[in-house]
Amino acid sequence: MTDPAGASFAMQMSRADLLRAYEAMVKIRTFDERVEKDFAAGQIPGFGHVYLGAEAVAAGVCHDLALDDYIASTHRGHGHCIAKGCDLEGMMLEIFGKAGGICGGKGGSMHIADFDKGMLGANAIVGGSPPIVVGAALTQKLRNTGKVAVAFSGDGASNQGTTFEAMNLAVVLKVPAIFVIENNGFGEHTAASWAVGAESIAARAAAFGMPAEQVDGADFFAVREAMGRALARARGGDGPTTIEMDIPRYLGHYIGDPQAYRTPEELKRARARDAIRSFREKVVGAGLFDGEELDRIDADVLRRVENAAEAARAAPFPDTSALERDVYISYC
Amino acid sequence: MPKKTYMQAISDALRLEMRRDPNVFLIGEDIAGGSGTEHIGAVGGIFGLTSGMYEEFGPKRVIDTPISESAIVGAASGAAITGMRPVAEIMFVDFVGVCMDQIVNQAAKFRYMFGGKARCPLVIRAPIGGGLRAGAQHSATLHPLFTMFPGLKVVMPANPYDAKGLLIEAIRDDDPVIYLEHKLLYGMEGDVPDEAYRVKFGEADYVREGDDITIVAFSAMVPRSAEAADRLEKDGVSVEVIDPRTTSPLDAEAILESVERTGRLVVVDESPPRCSLASDIAGLVARDGFGSLRAPIAQVTCTHTPSPFSPSLEDAYMPSVERIEAAVRSTLAYAGRR
Repeated sequence: MTDPAGASFAMQMSRADLLRAYEAMVKIRTFDERVEKDFAAGQIPGFGHVYLGAEAVAAGVCHDLALDDYIASTHRGHGHCIAKGCDLEGMMLEIFGKAGGICGGKGGSMHIADFDKGMLGANAIVGGSPPIVVGAALTQKLRNTGKVAVAFSGDGASNQGTTFEAMNLAVVLKVPAIFVIENNGFGEHTAASWAVGAESIAARAAAFGMPAEQVDGADFFAVREAMGRALARARGGDGPTTIEMDIPRYLGHYIGDPQAYRTPEELKRARARDAIRSFREKVVGAGLFDGEELDRIDADVLRRVENAAEAARAAPFPDTSALERDVYISYC
Repeated sequence: MPKKTYMQAISDALRLEMRRDPNVFLIGEDIAGGSGTEHIGAVGGIFGLTSGMYEEFGPKRVIDTPISESAIVGAASGAAITGMRPVAEIMFVDFVGVCMDQIVNQAAKFRYMFGGKARCPLVIRAPIGGGLRAGAQHSATLHPLFTMFPGLKVVMPANPYDAKGLLIEAIRDDDPVIYLEHKLLYGMEGDVPDEAYRVKFGEADYVREGDDITIVAFSAMVPRSAEAADRLEKDGVSVEVIDPRTTSPLDAEAILESVERTGRLVVVDESPPRCSLASDIAGLVARDGFGSLRAPIAQVTCTHTPSPFSPSLEDAYMPSVERIEAAVRSTLAYAGRR
């Protein structure tokens, strides 16, 4: 694990940058806490998977990405969407299945996409995103854009053939792809330490012939620093990188998962790792902010999330005339 | 007779066959659950269907895997051709996307391609279907796709009794069987004997008997069609509802015989309309039962779209009791060509 002295890294960021990072993490936390509550209350249809505990990964990875850098995501994708700049209300409407949702209510929680924001979609197929990201990175290489494509995937997806093939192809084609593996300890209900046969996912990625490292994914500064190295390689034409993020999973695989396979001690340890709290402690401890400035962000974000949820609850479901629209661009 | 749910009936079949035949084993993601933790077996499948199996049969016969569908199906068929009788679980049928090669190029073709030498007694169980607002990648049925492959048998139980008998038959069958269980039916209750019994493939079930019109329906569309038939009955319309139970082999005879009596056919299929079981059966009857028909064959299917997430859209996407009823009425009202 890299262990940057958080405070010194914080000093290297501007106040505006630090506030942006903090706000991104708080937005993700607040948003998914709202989703979790509304889902549990039966207000949200379908299946729900929240990003709680992983906030620093999405925020740290996306912090230095431009609008036209690409990401592709997982079934647990709200955090990625928010960090890449997707509209909170549009997301909330989508998750509620309402008209005006970011995908018109056709996608839902597991299929939020916003191509204008460089967000190529959450994905309900485990291991679905890495190959797509190789293609998005290939576009950047062919067009010499200097842009990159980032695949978020979980420890579970690291065991899919699609991920192996994507990693190898990215190395072979030397494309500006970055594989961010969010290892939260569990592939659904199975321990990653059991399901990943290799010593680590990073070690396996390295065997494909690319630089790979393990990072404390609950530390925003460590994530951003590792991402900086990967970005420099990608933008410099040196090919792909894998970053295995060690993160806690605060809740179950899905909202409502009874989690009988987790011990209270392990859950307690997971919940003790809090990226937002540690970020606050570092920047406040370094004298860069006082707590009140950050509290104001918390309050502002809470208001925006509550407004989004209220709008989503009040919105109508899509009109059925939308059902057969957008299957094709043109058909006959 | 004891009452059991569709899900309990499936569990029952697995447990009984596991006890009967030591060659039967289960393999899939989280079917024990908690592997690598202190609580192995704590999950019993994403829907709890294999709950308690790990405790009873142990790690050698209830095999959790990483999320690796190609390896799951490939390993299961490799075990099948070397003497075992595996039951592989794909958590949602949509996930066969990544392992189609192992199903359609490998397992389905072994026997024919190797000149009859291979025996591949493999069962792949997979939950199917819409109605749970599970979105585009967790709501497919895919039965038409499997049905088109020679070498695969395809089973779609529509009630708890058939769920158990068809699964026992599938496990004892020597060919690869795709066993598709509908998520909407998991909670459905019905009479299910405690002991093992078999429901033969290729034999349709007459869910309602009637004279005016024939409905052929599969899986979760069977109870919907029966409900439509009951509503129509009140208006004096006598509807025959046939559930073929397996799409491959298909009980063509039962369908043709029924249409010969009623002269009218509505096929209800939870699938997009193109290359569906609805179009397959319509083709069958147009070819072999043309002389019996007194009206065009109606097809009630999903729309030609992926599954939408929003409840308002998904309800319009799937065949409903109302749409089935309307199709029956318009078929009955057909006045012939002028």
